[in-house]
Amino acid sequence: METLYARLKEPFGLTDWVLQKPDLCFVTVAREQLRPLLLHLRDLEGFTHLVLLTAVDWIEEDRFQLTYLLHDRAKARDIGVRLMLPREDASMDSIHELWPTAATYQRELREMFGIDFPGSPRVNEDFILEGWADLPPYRRDFDTLQYAHEAYAERAGRETRDPARHMKEQLYPDGGQDD
Amino acid sequence: MTEYSNRSQYPQARADGSLDIDLTSGKYLKLWQGPNHPGITGNMSVELTVCGDEVVEGKTHVGYLHRGFEKLMERRTFIQCFPIVCRICVPEPDFNEYCYAAAVEELAGIEVPEKADWIRTLILEMGRINSYLMYLGGQAGAFGLGVIGQWTTYARDLMLDRFEELTGARIYHMFIMPGGVRDDLPEGFDQRMEETLQEIESTLQDVYDTMFRNAVFKKRAVGLGYVDPAWVDEYGITGPVARGAGVAKDVRRDQPYLVYDRLDFEPVIATESDTYARADVRRRDLLMSVDLIRQILARMPRQGEVMATLPNVLHWKIPRGETYVRGECSRGEYGYYLVTDGSGYPRRVNVRGPSYTHAMTLLEKLIVNVNISNVAGLMVSLHTYPPEIER
Repeated sequence: METLYARLKEPFGLTDWVLQKPDLCFVTVAREQLRPLLLHLRDLEGFTHLVLLTAVDWIEEDRFQLTYLLHDRAKARDIGVRLMLPREDASMDSIHELWPTAATYQRELREMFGIDFPGSPRVNEDFILEGWADLPPYRRDFDTLQYAHEAYAERAGRETRDPARHMKEQLYPDGGQDD
Repeated sequence: MTEYSNRSQYPQARADGSLDIDLTSGKYLKLWQGPNHPGITGNMSVELTVCGDEVVEGKTHVGYLHRGFEKLMERRTFIQCFPIVCRICVPEPDFNEYCYAAAVEELAGIEVPEKADWIRTLILEMGRINSYLMYLGGQAGAFGLGVIGQWTTYARDLMLDRFEELTGARIYHMFIMPGGVRDDLPEGFDQRMEETLQEIESTLQDVYDTMFRNAVFKKRAVGLGYVDPAWVDEYGITGPVARGAGVAKDVRRDQPYLVYDRLDFEPVIATESDTYARADVRRRDLLMSVDLIRQILARMPRQGEVMATLPNVLHWKIPRGETYVRGECSRGEYGYYLVTDGSGYPRRVNVRGPSYTHAMTLLEKLIVNVNISNVAGLMVSLHTYPPEIER
């Protein structure tokens, strides 16, 4: 994996390399280098299997992280390619021509995170949430608890406990030390 | 062989790739298979456009079972996530527990006792047998052989008894938790497991005689849903669907996890790549799981701990990091992508289920030109579970 990174670092401007375990590493790439990098990995390095494509919302840093995880079966190794996008009007180039299955991932990201992939097949069709008009729900600023309070009636007699405080009361009825 | 009619009757494709279907022409009909239909796998539906009794277009629709697991986990501590992950897959919940636990252990730097690894492997193989038995019943039922499902349900029930005595639960076991497993094997477990395995082998012989040698099953399954080996990487195909196409892809051998490097087995493959071949791969894989369980019980250490010491799980914070953990479940590659940010909650959990690729892109490709009566059989042959798509 180290030699792979050493070879690709300069041509594709890779940064933030992390060797998570001997057969899995993560790198960050700039937007304009993503497609050449994925093509290179797929066609020349043996990473032919797109394992997953997903997003992480780093709301404090005002950006989304897209993760393209690729697998090389012959050498039994994986590479996670990270790409950072600004959260505002997030939009990314589609890769459905490289892997047809990417269209499904992109359709889900469009619905759940609001990240657009212009040109991706059926990207604007409802995927899981039919008729959803609220904020894309997998964004960190979508509050599931508030949504549940507003959308559903509370069952009478239901009690909600903070697990840490509840366990402390069970284990130390006389008080005990603070956290 | 399934006979296909002349495709020239089907609609032309537009420039954007969509089909030019005029429903007012009287030539085509929209037909929904699911979400409530005996010929559908779980809570999903396929929107079929048919011409006569042949499908010209199929679109998978999911969302009937969406519970937002991935989002819910972001609001829960690492230990609170443990009891909900198994709910993502009903027939084979243990892979969620294992992948989640292994990802958390890796990022938190927790070493799992060796004996726990053996028991985890045992649990995963037991779950695989359950899942395959359920599949065999469903596959036979989709072609009208209802009695097979009754036999496999009986055999599965015996394995559920073993699960119950080992974990206290029949379906959602909540047994593989971060740090190890909840308990050791009970007294006399090996003997009762051996009796169960023998009964399953006997049932499977009956299934083979009545299903795999049945003229009706052969007539309908042979040639149905051919998967070209060249599609395997392109369409993200894994598990028995890939192995049925002659691609010996099995995470247990390719990237051994737990104790699979200490067990003797070879991936089961077939080359015909149709519904019959996939069913046969699963039947033989089931027999291999029976053998693996015997190997595990014969080789596993009987002394030692089954659970590592965890930090106070109510205040458990895991440093910033990300990882991906995969395993070979009965349907293919199952994986968890976990991102942590140094807090007491996961930043992001993404579940990669094999149905995500099989039931969407691949099914929509295979379903074209199939007779309506074979849609259910084709869908079951991909062994899909909708909750994996809409986690």
